[in-house]
Amino acid sequence: MKNPYLPYPVRIDSIVTETEDRNLKTFTLVFKNPEDEARFAYTPGQFAELSVAGQGESPIGIASSPTEKGFIKFTVNKVGRVTSHLHSMKEGDVMGVRGPMGNWYPWETLEGKNIVIIGGGFAFTTLRSSIVYMLHPDNRSRFGDITVVYGARSPGLLLYKDELAAWEQRDDIKMHITVDGCSDPNWKYNVGFVPTVTKEKAPSADNAYAIICGPPIMIKFTLPVLTDLGFPPDRIISSLEMRMKCGIGICGRCNIGSEYVCKDGPVFTLEKLSKLPNEY
Amino acid sequence: MRAYTEKIREAAKRLLSEKRVDAVIGFRKGSIPLVNEPVLVKSPERADELYWDGSCGVNLANYLPKRTDRVAIVAKGCDSRNIVVQIVENQIQRDQVYVLGAPCHGMLDRRRILASLKGREPTSVEEVDGQVRITGAGFEETFSRSECLQENCSICIHRNPVISDEMLGEPVAEQENVDRYPDVAKVEGMNPDERKDYFEEITSKCIRCYACRNACPQCYCPTCFVDESRPQWMGKTIDPKDVRTFHFLRAFHLAGRCTDCGACERACPVGIKLRQYTKKLEKDVKEFYGYEAGVRLDERPPLDVYRPGDPENFIK
Amino acid sequence: MTEMYIPKEKLAGVVEDLIGRQRVYGPVFDGAYHNFEEIKSAGALDLAYSNTRLSAKGLFHPHSERMFEYSLASGDPEAGVLKETEKDYSPRVVLGMRPCDARALKIMDRNFNSPQYGDPWWVKRIEATTIVGLACNAPCGTCFCTTAGSGPFDDSGLDAMLVDLGEGYLARAVTDKGSALLSQISKGSAAPADAAQKADALRRSAEAAIGLQFDVGSITGKDSMELFNSPIWEEIQFACINCGTCTFLCPTCWCFDIQDETHGEHGDRIRIWDSCMFPLFTLHGSGHNPRQNKAQRVRQRFMHKLRYYPEKYGDGIACTGCGRCVRACPVNIDIRNVARLMSSSACVRPA
Repeated sequence: MKNPYLPYPVRIDSIVTETEDRNLKTFTLVFKNPEDEARFAYTPGQFAELSVAGQGESPIGIASSPTEKGFIKFTVNKVGRVTSHLHSMKEGDVMGVRGPMGNWYPWETLEGKNIVIIGGGFAFTTLRSSIVYMLHPDNRSRFGDITVVYGARSPGLLLYKDELAAWEQRDDIKMHITVDGCSDPNWKYNVGFVPTVTKEKAPSADNAYAIICGPPIMIKFTLPVLTDLGFPPDRIISSLEMRMKCGIGICGRCNIGSEYVCKDGPVFTLEKLSKLPNEY
Repeated sequence: MRAYTEKIREAAKRLLSEKRVDAVIGFRKGSIPLVNEPVLVKSPERADELYWDGSCGVNLANYLPKRTDRVAIVAKGCDSRNIVVQIVENQIQRDQVYVLGAPCHGMLDRRRILASLKGREPTSVEEVDGQVRITGAGFEETFSRSECLQENCSICIHRNPVISDEMLGEPVAEQENVDRYPDVAKVEGMNPDERKDYFEEITSKCIRCYACRNACPQCYCPTCFVDESRPQWMGKTIDPKDVRTFHFLRAFHLAGRCTDCGACERACPVGIKLRQYTKKLEKDVKEFYGYEAGVRLDERPPLDVYRPGDPENFIK
Repeated sequence: MTEMYIPKEKLAGVVEDLIGRQRVYGPVFDGAYHNFEEIKSAGALDLAYSNTRLSAKGLFHPHSERMFEYSLASGDPEAGVLKETEKDYSPRVVLGMRPCDARALKIMDRNFNSPQYGDPWWVKRIEATTIVGLACNAPCGTCFCTTAGSGPFDDSGLDAMLVDLGEGYLARAVTDKGSALLSQISKGSAAPADAAQKADALRRSAEAAIGLQFDVGSITGKDSMELFNSPIWEEIQFACINCGTCTFLCPTCWCFDIQDETHGEHGDRIRIWDSCMFPLFTLHGSGHNPRQNKAQRVRQRFMHKLRYYPEKYGDGIACTGCGRCVRACPVNIDIRNVARLMSSSACVRPA
């Protein structure tokens, strides 16, 4: 029997500091046992437990795409005990990864649809995974228009800046990058909150699904905008964060009503969430 | 003590309808014999739910910290002392609390009574004239009340509330010449190894449910040391060293604050004699500083004040 | 072997024989309460008991359990890699478990052994264990097993069941494991002709004594969100002191925490019982807590047992009516009263 609590040993291949406040680092991890990579087959939207012996585990969305081979990537916000320790680790250090866990964005349903991706702050990790996945030559033709609204408080707090710039250059994805405020005269993208920019750019709801991840306040003000644009609740998809331990629906703490966020989620449609207690 | 029931209901109706208080904290009759349920009554129409008998052992002061409204609270001697400690420690303001003082004859010890029934289950309990009559399927037993008291009640020397805004009855005679510490003296007489074994045995059944802490009116810290994770002071298992650390640290945190109300022992689901820890500290604080917790509103607990004359012969 | 009679004077011999063949667990009196412990000699076993203070869940899901061990020693090539901790999964028999506790294991099994994930420690312990239950002839006033979908003679979680007929026990196998165990017992005899009839009479009188104490269907039939938003919780929650007594004593409360404990250069990843009553249970790293208030936590416990679990698995409530929480709650919060409030609260699932 495979022990679902036992992490795969991984080596930290590289660490990139993403933001100017140094609170976000992206860890590229390589499996110590190459055969574990195939066992860790994942789909964009899933998460994993990052495990550090002596510190514990932390559930983190997978930022890499399954179309990227040979490594997996996680962007980690420094918050608690495990994530703070992770930030102090070095390239070459050994840690563990357990997963993949949870459900994923509903790619089969999304096939043939226009996709609107709305992200805020550091909640752009599984959205990055999704964008890279959809832009892959094997997959791009499976989806219609791809529109991205991504905002952070300031330019220095945007994740994946090089990739954002590269996506800006492409004609098969419409990028709307925005910051809440900016003193840089050379800033060439939008200034304004994500809900406002979403309203301005008004992505069409025709044949479209919206995937939205970000701080609660951003989600709260963006949902009415999406509704006005004509997105019904079953076509607005979000991903929840909760305190988790086991990650496999057993330890009991991450439920909202009858659903475990770790196993039945973390991806829910707004329609589903409206029928569940708001204990998240 | 049933006589208090009518007085509590009358006071609750009066205080609520005159809007002197926003709510009344008391008891309603329990769903099983020998334990009543704490209740918050907010309207005079519901005052008749309030109830009193010898199974009101739960210390209601536990429900006061962090309240922002004005409340009346039924208080036995021990509850009133805990209210005093909470006022002194700024957990509640004196003018927020309207104390309905309940002079106490001691509370019944459910655990002790059930043990003496040897597996037979009581269905009703009556207290008459210093006796406790217990009936169940096919049996009736009468005990003298003193045989049924909680151990802390039988050695209590503050049966009358130390503060009150209204008394529910005439003061009762305080017990005199009570030897409060024969068990502590016995432990003091042990050598260190025997003492260690004694306390290890006491807590060997602990399941770390924290009922002792949560039942304690003095355990109101927003985050208990045992729940801290950065740094994490101690482990969370039932390994003896973790269990020991928890119980000793908690007891030390109660030195000069514990009123020996017995809430911890009453709540413990596995019958740990938690007062064996706190009583030693109570005795030391009394001997070293001449201080009893929760008796005076104008004196701070000795462990949070420094006086040049403080004894130090116990510092080794 | 599917049925036999064990006279009480022969029980000790039967138990001694079993001890020689496998590990044996059963109720032991510790001076204050009964609890399940390993029986090293037949004299320790005490079947004249109502129920154990702690449920039988600890035999399968112990309070503190080492999951993995690790080294942090510099120079150790395996440093930082978690290794499984050795455990004893040799065959064992549990004697005298009450039917409510055995049924609780079936409920917990849904959580620990789902089609997607098997909890290895749970699964191996269940596999290694033969459960010989003891039917309840004299239920307590706090028992409500018949209401909760179980019963004093419910054998659904058992491999074999003993019925105390006074002078001896009628032993009946329920599963193949149970009949394999009975066939190990040489000191039994054929059941007397009237044994089955006597056992049936005992069952009927025990069931009648408990009766129906609330209506499960009227809770599970209600709209979950309306129940969640009902004003009853404010009333129910006041007395609660948010200790973990109810959850730790409950035979179906399975929640746990996972922690790393390091001692010098070595350490263990452990799991320990946790409780939805504790604020820490749901506290996010950011400081946000979705269930920061006592009322939310109290609601979670009862909603989980009586509404969420039935909704998720569609087969009864996550409670077997053992009554431990009723007996041990320090402030007399009685799940039967809560259930009655839930079923009478005026919120019925819309058609």
